[in-house]
Amino acid sequence: MRGVFDIVGPVMIGPSSSHTAGAVRLGLMAGKILGEKAVKAEINLHGSFAQTYRGHGTDKAIIAGVLGFLPDDERIRDALILAKREGLDYSFQPVNLDGAHPNTAVIYLIGVTGRVARIRGASIGGGNILISNINGYEVELTGQYPALITIHRDKPGVITQVTNILSRYEMNIAFMHVSRQNRGETAMMIIELDDVLPEDVVEECRQVYEVENAFHIPAI
Amino acid sequence: MINFNSIAELIALAEEKNLPVHAFVIAREMHTSQRSREALVEEMQRNWQVMKESIQRGIQNEEHSISGLTGGDARRIYAQRNTSYAGSAAMEAAAYAVGISEVNAVMGKIVACPTAGSCGIVPAVLFAAASQKKAAEEQIVEALFTAAGIGMVIEQNASIAGAAGGCQAECGSAAGMAAGALVELAGGTPEMVGQGVALAIKNLLGLACDPVAGLVEVPCVKRNGFAAVHAMVAADMALAGVKSVIPVDEVIEAMNRIGRALPRSLRETSEGGLAVTATAKRIEERLYGKKS
Ligand code: SF4
Repeated sequence: MRGVFDIVGPVMIGPSSSHTAGAVRLGLMAGKILGEKAVKAEINLHGSFAQTYRGHGTDKAIIAGVLGFLPDDERIRDALILAKREGLDYSFQPVNLDGAHPNTAVIYLIGVTGRVARIRGASIGGGNILISNINGYEVELTGQYPALITIHRDKPGVITQVTNILSRYEMNIAFMHVSRQNRGETAMMIIELDDVLPEDVVEECRQVYEVENAFHIPAI
Repeated sequence: MINFNSIAELIALAEEKNLPVHAFVIAREMHTSQRSREALVEEMQRNWQVMKESIQRGIQNEEHSISGLTGGDARRIYAQRNTSYAGSAAMEAAAYAVGISEVNAVMGKIVACPTAGSCGIVPAVLFAAASQKKAAEEQIVEALFTAAGIGMVIEQNASIAGAAGGCQAECGSAAGMAAGALVELAGGTPEMVGQGVALAIKNLLGLACDPVAGLVEVPCVKRNGFAAVHAMVAADMALAGVKSVIPVDEVIEAMNRIGRALPRSLRETSEGGLAVTATAKRIEERLYGKKS
């Protein structure tokens, strides 16, 4: 059974939990994955998102998220103006993604130092989201838990080394997902945790030889 | 651990211990979330604060939504309250509920209850009750826990999403939550709380979700006003001793069955009902251009 504040709550900016609140969270997630201030955002909207995004303020909501606003921030309605002021260039394009959830967005971000992130995710109802692809890797990420993401060479033993570090810090794993493009090449691992992840843990994971990069996505 | 899977179980707990329903909703939440009573009450107080602000903003609102379809009606209803057929209490509740929904439509801050589309109903009736019966803030916050407990059972045994169960699941559930909360606030027994929920939901069974142009505005905004008044009448009936022939949990079961039987076109797809009327089509064209 859901909790009290899933029913009387959340506090949010309207008009729609899936088209507005969920959209903010998709933008937030994209911004966190980029990991730096974004200067450019190219956003493709599919299905009901493409059809109704202006009326629901889905465009404002996604940009608000990229700017780091939470779903109950009253600045969401002015997000497009604020983006201009912050030097964030944005564009929206409707697309047709075969078989995708009707509220799907593909968000492509470029950061100040040139980092890029491309995420695909859907707003699946009640403000909840599911990220299905990060930079070409198939994933399943809800943003409900703090997550550790590693990009590493697909070799035996890497996963054990990372999970050993977590167990040393007594961090409990809630969910885990590994995906790769080809055998032996780079792979991405997402570990969702019950507790907030200390930066030390992330740093230690980066020290694992096969790990190219590790970063932390807080719960949103 | 305190738990309940139906309204009947919730009522049984309350009757057995001779305590109000909200006490068990809070007790269960303390256990599942591992938070203190104070922390839960404080969070609910914050939600109530946001609800009150959205009411104040709503009854003064003159701003139209992005689509231009809604805005300004709460103010009209409120101005008319003392010369109305339905009486000032009903008209006030209607104005509050429409007002909160208008605030939602202009991208203002609201509390989903249980959803954004149905966010006006519960706060509107509680605010009206607070001013009428002069219920203390503390009691209103407790009544919100009662409303939440009812919604939790509905969500588990049926649905609170228009896309799954039609608008009976959103505005129908909200009306049930509101009626139950009102009964408790007026000092009704737990059994009467259940009757209020049953009466309110029963009369909104089968309600379609057919929003014009896919936006949470038409019929949603005005429907919040109607459903608020509806919930007040259901609470008054229950307090008068009226009983639903069909017990509340069976009503919720019926709601679930009806939701599943509703065609896809009446479950938030905007492919049926009001959404495909000639006027709705013209509105869609104005907003989105011609469909190829
Ligand atoms: S008609 Fe549909 S969108 Fe509107 S309030 Fe009802 S369930 Fe929500």
